Amino acid sequence: MNAHALLTRLRGQVPLLVTAVLLVSMFSVGSVQYDGFFSGQVVLNLLIDNAFLLVVAVGMTFVVLTGGIDLSVGAVVALSTMVSAWLVEQHGWPPLLVIPLVLLMGTAGGWLMGWIIHVFEIQPFIVTLAGMFLARGLCYTISVESISITDPQYTAMAQTRIPLGDLFVSPSALIALLVVAAGFVVLHYTRLGRNVYALGGSEQSALLMGLPVQRTKTTVYAISGFCSALGGVLLTFYMLSGYGLHAVGLELDAIAAVVIGGTLLTGGSGYLLGTLLGVLVLGLIQTVISFQGTLSSWWTRIVIGALLFVFIVLQRLITARRR
Amino acid sequence: MMSTAAAASPVKAVTRSRLFWPAVVLAVLLAANLAFTPDFFAVRLQGGHLYGSLIDILHFGAPLILVSLGMTLVIATGGIDLSVGSTVAISGALACLHISESTDPGSLATVLTAAGIALGTALLLGAVNGLLVAKVGVQPIIATLILMVAGRGVAQLITDGQIITVTSDPYKLIGGGYWLTMPFAILLSALVVLATVLLTRSTALGLLLESVGGNPVASRLVGIRAMRLVALVYVFSALCAALAGLMVSSNVSAADGNNAGLWIELDAILAVVLGGTSLNGGRFSIGGTVLGALIIQTLSTTVYTIGIPPETTLVFKAFVVIVVCLIQSPAFRAKLAARGARARRTARPHAAAPTTNREVGA
Repeated sequence: MNAHALLTRLRGQVPLLVTAVLLVSMFSVGSVQYDGFFSGQVVLNLLIDNAFLLVVAVGMTFVVLTGGIDLSVGAVVALSTMVSAWLVEQHGWPPLLVIPLVLLMGTAGGWLMGWIIHVFEIQPFIVTLAGMFLARGLCYTISVESISITDPQYTAMAQTRIPLGDLFVSPSALIALLVVAAGFVVLHYTRLGRNVYALGGSEQSALLMGLPVQRTKTTVYAISGFCSALGGVLLTFYMLSGYGLHAVGLELDAIAAVVIGGTLLTGGSGYLLGTLLGVLVLGLIQTVISFQGTLSSWWTRIVIGALLFVFIVLQRLITARRR
Repeated sequence: MMSTAAAASPVKAVTRSRLFWPAVVLAVLLAANLAFTPDFFAVRLQGGHLYGSLIDILHFGAPLILVSLGMTLVIATGGIDLSVGSTVAISGALACLHISESTDPGSLATVLTAAGIALGTALLLGAVNGLLVAKVGVQPIIATLILMVAGRGVAQLITDGQIITVTSDPYKLIGGGYWLTMPFAILLSALVVLATVLLTRSTALGLLLESVGGNPVASRLVGIRAMRLVALVYVFSALCAALAGLMVSSNVSAADGNNAGLWIELDAILAVVLGGTSLNGGRFSIGGTVLGALIIQTLSTTVYTIGIPPETTLVFKAFVVIVVCLIQSPAFRAKLAARGARARRTARPHAAAPTTNREVGA
């Protein structure tokens, strides 16, 4: 009986275990194959280069756990970089005012999408698709060109390196890790987190149990909007520019990270730390390809696609067996 | 109910038609162009070829019409195909690669083989999508997302990250040539649209697709092979996308793995939605989709002629999508009807006509 219960519990962890094994084996193979691969800095660079993706993927995890999807994240990231660059560079606003404003804008946008999805019962992907169009379009109404940022506070954020012994991390990487920690606590130790899982398990049951379905749903999209805006702020630090073509296809990377991290796309099951692993796997693919040197950048997309394929089929096999 | 309404008032029958609102939007857009370009509707014959803004809209809209056509059938079954843009790129890349590597790029046989390779590959890609959705049971948006992500990479792999240019007269014909005074692309897409209409509306196929989209379980219980039909529409969608890919690459005589067909999946979904096909599946309108695709193409043309930055059309598209979806949403209509009924109840007790939900088994 106990052994059986343990087995069923373990079965749900299979994608997560596969991801962890994949991560370790990719890193080991990389370390054996390439000089200079086996170093702490390579791992930290994964975090530095993918800080914005990590933050966005955390928001996406919340949405996917409720059984929804948010296609607007890439566009919201781009809009955040654009608005930041526009206000700071062309209107001379102080960054300390611009950053909260951008975060508020992203949160409000996400909340609005969640509200439309719930109240009018329109599929999440079409509402967030419209949000994606809107956000990208708004970028271009601000400017079709890229706006580069020369503000000293932004450049300071971009260049700051926090030393950890011989190694270093960027402030963005630390912020991303903080977001992961906060997301983890909210998801696993608060009422909101339980509601998110309940909603993803079965919206009907959640409603019948008297859980606040509408509030939970609008909240997860607001969280995703906030994370996208924060991702945009981090990307502004990384790129030091605002551009309507920043973060094209980021929504796919975020979904891929969530799926590879073991969260079920039908909702109700998954871990936030899995998403962290998923982002690290995606980052490691890029690192391996750049270390290899002879492989072209498009291999990244093909490998990510292949991984998505494997994990989605794996998910189906597991859920099919459970029933 | 519909037939009595139609008999009672022919005007109402026209405005109630599913094609009415898309047609009105298209007409208004076209008329708006007249204000900026007085000779907008002029079509002239020059050197045996037809020229004019209307012909241009049809010509450049042809690939979108094809992609939207495939998308319509996929959406009718309650699915979605995000991979069409990648399929467009892969198909163009394969065809151009074959032609550029052949010893005789100008011969008809080479072009036919190239088209065959592209369509054959699309058949395979569509079959993978169909298998994932119908057999493995993955949500359509996710299943096709895989090919959307990986497909761009594959297209760039085929072209080696370069833009392959080809010089081949028969190939140029598909997307850029003229035949019987009309651009060949228009004729080709018209032919495919016509064949699809005949196939779906003169046989039971269309009805079966709608029934699968309306309620897959009930369809299976009455003996419809839902699985096979669903797999089939993804193959059809991929074939349409591949044909569109041939057109796009032939029009510029080049294959660009990175940019060919970029965002076309979104435009195609928009065209389908504009045409009155419900994203919930269960009913579709090919005529509406063609109108929807033409609206989008006219919009792009208008934006260029007026001189607005073309990228801002995205804002407009966002509002259109959300408005159309709101109108299609039963919850929204119910709320609106409740409000309308309350307003009218005070004036005339029986005038509040209920908004009939005509969706099949929604």
